Amino acid sequence: MAEIEYDFDVIVVGGGMSGLVAAYELAKAEKSVLVMERGEYCGAKNMTGGRVYAHSLRKVFGDALEDAPFQRKIVHEKLSLMNKDGLFTLDTTTPEFREQKNESYSILRAPFDQWMAEQCEDMGVEIMCGMPVEDLLKGEDGFINGIAVGKEEDGTREEMHAKVIMLCDGANSLLIQKAGLTDQAAPTTHEMAVGAKEVIELGADVIEDRFGVAPGEGTAWMFAGELTDGKPGGLALYTNEDSVSICMVVPIAGLIESNVPVYQQLENFKNREEIKPLLKGGKTVEYSGHMVPEGGYNMLQRHKLVGNGVVACGDNVGLCINSGYSVRGMDLAVTSGQLAAEAVSKAIDNDDFSAAGLGSYKTALDASYVVKDLKNFQKFPEFMDNDLGMLWDNTLSDMVLNIFKKLYIVDGTGEIPVKQKIMPLVKEVGIFKIAKLAMKGMKAL
Amino acid sequence: MSYPEITVNVDEKLALNKFNVNEEYPHIEVQENAPESEFRKLVLACPAALFKVDAEGNQSYDYAGCLECGTCRVVAGSTIIKKWTFPIMGIEGGSGVQYLYG
Repeated sequence: MAEIEYDFDVIVVGGGMSGLVAAYELAKAEKSVLVMERGEYCGAKNMTGGRVYAHSLRKVFGDALEDAPFQRKIVHEKLSLMNKDGLFTLDTTTPEFREQKNESYSILRAPFDQWMAEQCEDMGVEIMCGMPVEDLLKGEDGFINGIAVGKEEDGTREEMHAKVIMLCDGANSLLIQKAGLTDQAAPTTHEMAVGAKEVIELGADVIEDRFGVAPGEGTAWMFAGELTDGKPGGLALYTNEDSVSICMVVPIAGLIESNVPVYQQLENFKNREEIKPLLKGGKTVEYSGHMVPEGGYNMLQRHKLVGNGVVACGDNVGLCINSGYSVRGMDLAVTSGQLAAEAVSKAIDNDDFSAAGLGSYKTALDASYVVKDLKNFQKFPEFMDNDLGMLWDNTLSDMVLNIFKKLYIVDGTGEIPVKQKIMPLVKEVGIFKIAKLAMKGMKAL
Repeated sequence: MSYPEITVNVDEKLALNKFNVNEEYPHIEVQENAPESEFRKLVLACPAALFKVDAEGNQSYDYAGCLECGTCRVVAGSTIIKKWTFPIMGIEGGSGVQYLYG
């Protein structure tokens, strides 16, 4: 068999969280790395809700992270239930949110990914932008050993070879099936959610006043209830430096059975009386859309992480956790990129690019918090689909709002004991139903 | 079939974004006169509102303004979405949406 001439040790497809981290680590290990990014720059196609938990990035970039373009450190975690015209909110803040090991930041992906790309280039990574990878190349031995860009029909096809190809091409991966890492042409509507997001510029002072936060600090705020026409889903609001991100995230399976399009749900949120004052005077500067893999551990299980000459990281295999009160994918992507890079580096040193030679990636990921956390939340997607009807159809938000209305409203007609105010409202929904939901919820989480 | 009430103009929002559209290359192709029930799903799920139905029930679709999220591929990749690829650069550019914030 003719020796292949490799252009690089590794070609990474996709310049996002997992891809750029993997490239950075491989370059640090003195491997030659090319990142193929289909956007005109890294981050051009990427969108997050979004907040990143920084523990994973710190393990990669260390003190350099101090210069990263984070937006605000999240110190307020808010959770709201909405019914037709009311809002009930829990607001949690503690100095522990500020501790380095716990910290999380709101981010915007276009500036953040470009910063990561700079770190990569300083480390010697080559980045090629503006062209999607169309195809994967296979050697006579069946090993994946290259990529192709362009089209054969118009003579623009070009090929490049590498010892290992890393697929870090995100939630909407067209290559994961071509690599034989899944046998499904596309993920299912039950595994994926769609996000529709606006970035609304308000100015730093306005954000600090309206959200009650200090300079450099901010709020993460989840909303559920009324918004999604009785189907699962919710909205996340994050304060950035000068703007807020509001992102409607709706599992596709329910959305397509509903009567309100995702963009209309987002607009309805903006038009609510409780929300309008927060966004007043704001200027929308960008509208974006992206898919979110929410299939959890079961989605990961139906994918392979390694094949001969190929590994997959991040969203494309479903490394994302929706727990209802938070959504995380980026820290999982970062760690998967880091662990995959270690394994790929070892495989190159051992000159064994087979699935077995790359297998330490899967072992490491299984042993890491990534797979452990995915397993812990394994039952949540199903719980959300099947059992949380009470939340989506407003039964729960109506009950909670009725209870607190009864507590807070004083109209001079005479107060009745708290127990008498609350119990009839709880009974209306059914104590047993609520207890059952709470039990199931605890199990799913 | 009843269609959802839409009061928001998504085209205006898309106009805020930076797009380089390749006019020569529709990167997504949709079946003409698609079954209403399938098309309706895309009206609901496409965040860019590129699938539209007018008062007479006429369907329209435009790939300019696509956010490349892939939702339509997941919903109807085996039914009325006939081709789904990423946009590619033509002679005059055209690599699709370029987020400045993301």
